[in-house]
Amino acid sequence: MEKWRLTYRLLKHSSNFDRRLTSGHRYLFGRTFIPFKENFRTLECPSRSYVNGASVSFAIVNGNSYAVQHRYLASVASTTQRNPDFSKITSDDISYFKKILGERGVVQDEEKLADANTDWMRKHKGSSKLMLQPRITEEVSQILKYCNSRCLAVVPQGGNTGLVGGSVPVFDEVIINVGSMNNILSFDKVSGILVCEAGCILENLISFLDNQGFIMPLDLGAKGSCQIGGNVSTNAGGLRLIRYGSLHGSVLGLEAVLANGTVLDMLGTLRKDNTGYDLKHLFIGSEGSLGIVTKVSILTPPMLSSVNLAFLACEDYASCQKLLLEAKRKLGEILSAFEFLDANALNVVLKHLDGLRDPLPSSVHNFYVLIETTGSMESHDKEKLEAFLLQSMNSGIITDGVLAQDINQTSSFWRIREGIPEALMKAGAVYKYDLSVPPEKMYELVEEMRARLGSAANVVAYGHLGDGNLHLNISAPQYTDGLSSKIEPFVYEWTSKHRGSISAEHGLGLMKADKIHYSKSPETVLLMAAIKKLLDPNRILNPYKVLPPSILSQS
Amino acid sequence: MKIMVAIKRVIDYAVKIRVKPDKSGVETSNVKMSMNPFCEIALEEALRIKESGRASEVVAVSVGPAQCVDTLRTGLAMGADRAIHVDYPGSLYPLSIAKILKALVEAEKPGLLLLGKQAIDDDCNQTGQMVAGLLKWPQGTFASKVVLDEEKQVATVDREVDGGLETLCLDLPAVITTDLRLNQPRYATLPNIMKAKSKVIKKGHPTGFER
Repeated sequence: MEKWRLTYRLLKHSSNFDRRLTSGHRYLFGRTFIPFKENFRTLECPSRSYVNGASVSFAIVNGNSYAVQHRYLASVASTTQRNPDFSKITSDDISYFKKILGERGVVQDEEKLADANTDWMRKHKGSSKLMLQPRITEEVSQILKYCNSRCLAVVPQGGNTGLVGGSVPVFDEVIINVGSMNNILSFDKVSGILVCEAGCILENLISFLDNQGFIMPLDLGAKGSCQIGGNVSTNAGGLRLIRYGSLHGSVLGLEAVLANGTVLDMLGTLRKDNTGYDLKHLFIGSEGSLGIVTKVSILTPPMLSSVNLAFLACEDYASCQKLLLEAKRKLGEILSAFEFLDANALNVVLKHLDGLRDPLPSSVHNFYVLIETTGSMESHDKEKLEAFLLQSMNSGIITDGVLAQDINQTSSFWRIREGIPEALMKAGAVYKYDLSVPPEKMYELVEEMRARLGSAANVVAYGHLGDGNLHLNISAPQYTDGLSSKIEPFVYEWTSKHRGSISAEHGLGLMKADKIHYSKSPETVLLMAAIKKLLDPNRILNPYKVLPPSILSQS
Repeated sequence: MKIMVAIKRVIDYAVKIRVKPDKSGVETSNVKMSMNPFCEIALEEALRIKESGRASEVVAVSVGPAQCVDTLRTGLAMGADRAIHVDYPGSLYPLSIAKILKALVEAEKPGLLLLGKQAIDDDCNQTGQMVAGLLKWPQGTFASKVVLDEEKQVATVDREVDGGLETLCLDLPAVITTDLRLNQPRYATLPNIMKAKSKVIKKGHPTGFER
């Protein structure tokens, strides 16, 4: 029955072109021409036109005109349809929400909604007509209790910087944006334990801790917009994971609201607490599908005074690996970040971002590695680092490098690495993959992908080499089905063959909702579905994402 | 021709400055210190002049406590040939620095003395002018472009002044202080950092340079 409906839809769409322009539905293969008003956060869009079958508008940024793609790309295999069990919003619902949240907390303004409906990559766009902005946990609880009773689907949203379409509605789910819950509740200067609400922006927390002499255990390129609740819900990784570990270790407690409105207070501030099952781990990384995180208690490391950053060049990937091994051994406890990027990545950044220059302009190198050390004694760290670098140069592992001499140079080098996603967005369409693969095999995938795609696309690789995490990005002028089919499912099958993870840190979201079987066994997925059913029987929390819809509908 | 560059070790430009609890000054312990950005630009200019063949040697000098040696090492890593460290643990004002620089210039006899236009900790903008006065050398301050003519032994300096740009022609030897738009300093590459370890840093004492 499902298959017949699907084929019917396909036939309906392929023959009747004009109806697409007015119906406003999302389509299976991403050819969406929705004539709504776009609202970009930082760009102005004076004109729209249709170029090569894709809707393109021209945005003026700093006097340069960029053609901004909005071809909404659904995963080739996804055949998501709106679950008919979910109710639609009525005016009674809106008045109820207004009663709980006041006029401020209920957003129906089209411009603001357009923003909230679109993800950062501009690949996924929902059609939600309602966004709620609660300010306290009690309001979240009341909203969810009501939505559960009415069977209204909801999408928890924070900074909306996710890269797998997990933070935006798929259809008309109600957006619950926790951005207004941004208070820092307490900070213990002795233990470094920070308790704050889920809507605190990561960069604000970093500045706050800066004044206290502490740092956040995670750092990522999106820090200016991402919120801690979202970081925790997606188990964000970032640049410092190699030193401070994942959020499963740093988060000491959290407060979450379940689908039926129950507030689970697990906001412990204890370093050790072995009483019963540690349920917070279920919520860390569940991407909002088991509950909405409203408060977080996190252990923050003390800020150490001596930070050094080296930008190094390697001849081939094998040297990068040797360098990693040597760094772990020779730098030991002071190593705080180990990132790599290939020549294509550096070229993209230098081409599309302003104010950056090549740290090693004298010659062209194939691979670049950023090594950061953090310690408490400048002289000791510098000596260790210089000895390590000298030895690596002498043994030929690195061919050249620069050492940042002041904080300005340090930020420039980091900008090069952190700016790659932004530069890729400016370059056109991006197919983004985040894979955990055995370090020895990492670059093999990149080379195989290059061979497969040839000159059709620019394959760019960078990532957290220290954690075995590759960010494989394929940059092309626009999204095409031909390109998509060459990339997927090859990339997932390759990863699965080498027992890697198809999503190292980005999560599954919508983009990889039906791909979990590449990295997890059927029994584990069935148990996940059972837990989901237990905590959210009506499946209102972030539907269509994380777990395969087929498995969920079975249980 | 020898070029002498005076550099100063200051609190890093990007550090958030904190006042000491007893209000006696700013917090300088455990804070990242680096080369004054304008001094970096002066050193970069000296290196470019040397690379174009118009100078034979670049000498970096610094007056301050023992840790100044680190800043001089950075200067050597950028490409300076020698360094002189005048050891003085306290803080000195521009006039004293100018007197010390005068003595160093008389000892080393460079054809050009380059300085940053001002230090970012005190923003005095006086040292270059004072040392030029003491030496009775011509001065080109706030330089945004420097062109040397070896045969005529003159330097043509574009200065950034309030009204716009002023071009001066100075007879060498001269004092030039550098402004932001003169150049973009190079990074210290690893091979140069390693080479710098074997370069000489001579020690000097301020008392020996007294008037």
